[in-house]
Amino acid sequence: MSKRIEVHHITRVEGHGNIVVEVADGQLKDCRFEVTETPRFFESMLRGRPYTEASHITSRICGICATGHATASLRASERALGVEPSEQTRLLRKLTFHGEILDSHVLHVYMLVAPDFLGVGSVIPLASSHPEVVLRALRMKKLAGDICAVVAGRHTHPIAMAVGGFTHFPKISELEDLRSRLEASRADVEATVELCASLPWPRFERDTEYVSLTKPDEYAFIDGEIITSDGARLPLERYQEVTNEHLVKHSSAKHTRHQRDSYMVGALARFNNNYAQLHPWAKKAATTLGLKPKVTNTYLNTAAQVVEIVHCVEDAIQVIDALLERGVQPEPLAPVKRMPGEGVGVCEVPRGMLIHHYWIGEDGRLTGANCIIPTNQNLANLEGDFRARVPQIVDKPLDAMRLDLEMLVRAYDPCISCSVHVLEVKFD
Amino acid sequence: MSTNGKPKIAFFDFTSCEGCQLTVVDSLQTHPELLQAVEIVQFREAMTEKGEDYLVAFIEGSCTRESDEARLRKIREQAAIVVALGACAHLGGVNALKYLHPMDDVRRYVYGDQAEDYETYDVRPIEAVIPVDFAIPGCPIDRNEFVAVVKALLLGKKPPIPDYPLCVECKLKENTCLYFKGSVCLGPVTRAGCDAICPTYGQSCEACRGFISSPNDTSMRNLLAEHGLTVEDITTRYTMFTTYQVRERLMQKEAER
Repeated sequence: MSKRIEVHHITRVEGHGNIVVEVADGQLKDCRFEVTETPRFFESMLRGRPYTEASHITSRICGICATGHATASLRASERALGVEPSEQTRLLRKLTFHGEILDSHVLHVYMLVAPDFLGVGSVIPLASSHPEVVLRALRMKKLAGDICAVVAGRHTHPIAMAVGGFTHFPKISELEDLRSRLEASRADVEATVELCASLPWPRFERDTEYVSLTKPDEYAFIDGEIITSDGARLPLERYQEVTNEHLVKHSSAKHTRHQRDSYMVGALARFNNNYAQLHPWAKKAATTLGLKPKVTNTYLNTAAQVVEIVHCVEDAIQVIDALLERGVQPEPLAPVKRMPGEGVGVCEVPRGMLIHHYWIGEDGRLTGANCIIPTNQNLANLEGDFRARVPQIVDKPLDAMRLDLEMLVRAYDPCISCSVHVLEVKFD
Repeated sequence: MSTNGKPKIAFFDFTSCEGCQLTVVDSLQTHPELLQAVEIVQFREAMTEKGEDYLVAFIEGSCTRESDEARLRKIREQAAIVVALGACAHLGGVNALKYLHPMDDVRRYVYGDQAEDYETYDVRPIEAVIPVDFAIPGCPIDRNEFVAVVKALLLGKKPPIPDYPLCVECKLKENTCLYFKGSVCLGPVTRAGCDAICPTYGQSCEACRGFISSPNDTSMRNLLAEHGLTVEDITTRYTMFTTYQVRERLMQKEAER
């Protein structure tokens, strides 16, 4: 029995990738995830640009995690230049970051993943068959986008975020309005948890090394230390010891590995590593969804995103309360303390750990840059999952196999345009 | 037209962040009626179905490799109306920053010894490859402008894209001019239509919507110089989204000489 599955330009993911699986005589011969996205060259292009532009240029790496790229970029510049952002800046960044995580997770859960379970090709037919589900998703996405708009002007691409602070400040009334809408969204959040709990998630277990940021006092999204489920703990500056980026002949995007052949980043890694710091209601949602660390079913990365939706809504309310209590004051950007400099900025964007590493010259222009994207870090792990999964489903009809593998790819919520600072490889 | 009488439209992406297509998805939050007015037959980021029969093609992203050209020509052959969606498709956008370094250096910086394995060439806006009927400018596009363009196309009208400078909108917003705050801004030469969103949020305009059709370039450069910018600084200011246009203009001047 021989089978060949080729999914050219898999849909409902961000960017261009192909799945290729070959089975001969019931044995898996080859499986790979080809990245066919076009070249981006952001690291090259950053050279010679003023550090003040870096966050605006790099937010253009990705339309979905634009705020995440901007934040990692700002932290890299700030750590290079000795800039200490104020407490207000930290709170505002956290708030807009929650907005982006919510926006991205809602998009993924409702518009990219849900159609697989409901037997349709996109969210569009759901607008007539399940209008309440689609309207809920649009409502939640609008709220998420409005959080980003109030803080930074818009979600794609944020405007008011700068090295050392913000160039625009939200009004108290705007924050109060967001707060009441976040409270009102709890019913939608609950319905999202219920929807997720009702879906028949494929059964699949494959343990891997889960890598994320961690912080002593909160569920880490910005800064902290790098932690892995195999027990490693490193300061951000030593990220390269974890990522070990390397080129793989069959893939167009760079792969990474730490202590095993591959590792995984993203909501599931954060959930596994930082479960204790989730908001109590997020933990409750995890229980409803049957999730308890460590979860080793990759398909459940989407369920971990739902847990984070609960966390981010509740934490956003707490951040707004903190801002309302202290008041929001227009403040100048925190000053640059040194130049030249080198700095590493790391954030947990929706799809996992994002690293920006900058070298800034005496004239304030970048002399070098390195960006490591979550999807790159997951590619090797995705192929490891393919190798484990294909033998389990090899007896299924071809269409069912194809759908299963597409769902596995989508579980990672890959962001391929981001991942491509390596480009198309020609296959023999 | 499809059997249900709705015009068929399709979305395509080339080198870009896909943020403009996400903005299209976001426009449904406020304008869900769009789905009743058109039939989307292709939108890879959001749907599995793939129809090749479409009247209007929205194209996001720049052309950055030779193999993209055939795909673009195929879209042009099929579509009665081609719309460039956002700065990458309209202008080349940030992708054109590549021009500021020698191509070989750009490739080797990222890919090292294996640079030769990867296909790329000079970045170009879509219009440099196929005729484009309309462009929705911006990085990203403005949600309301997208809706306005779709409405105009449905009515068979020319989409309402302004050709006056950003300063007009900025004044209407009653913003304090950034030049009075010790900053600089490309508003005087940039096409309006974004409601001056960047100056409103305290950042200078970087011309992501491209230049108006008759910008007073000399005056703009003098103004930047008066505010302390060196020639190098001015070039930097002029190139975040518009390197391709600046380069074309230089080449044109060179040819005239």
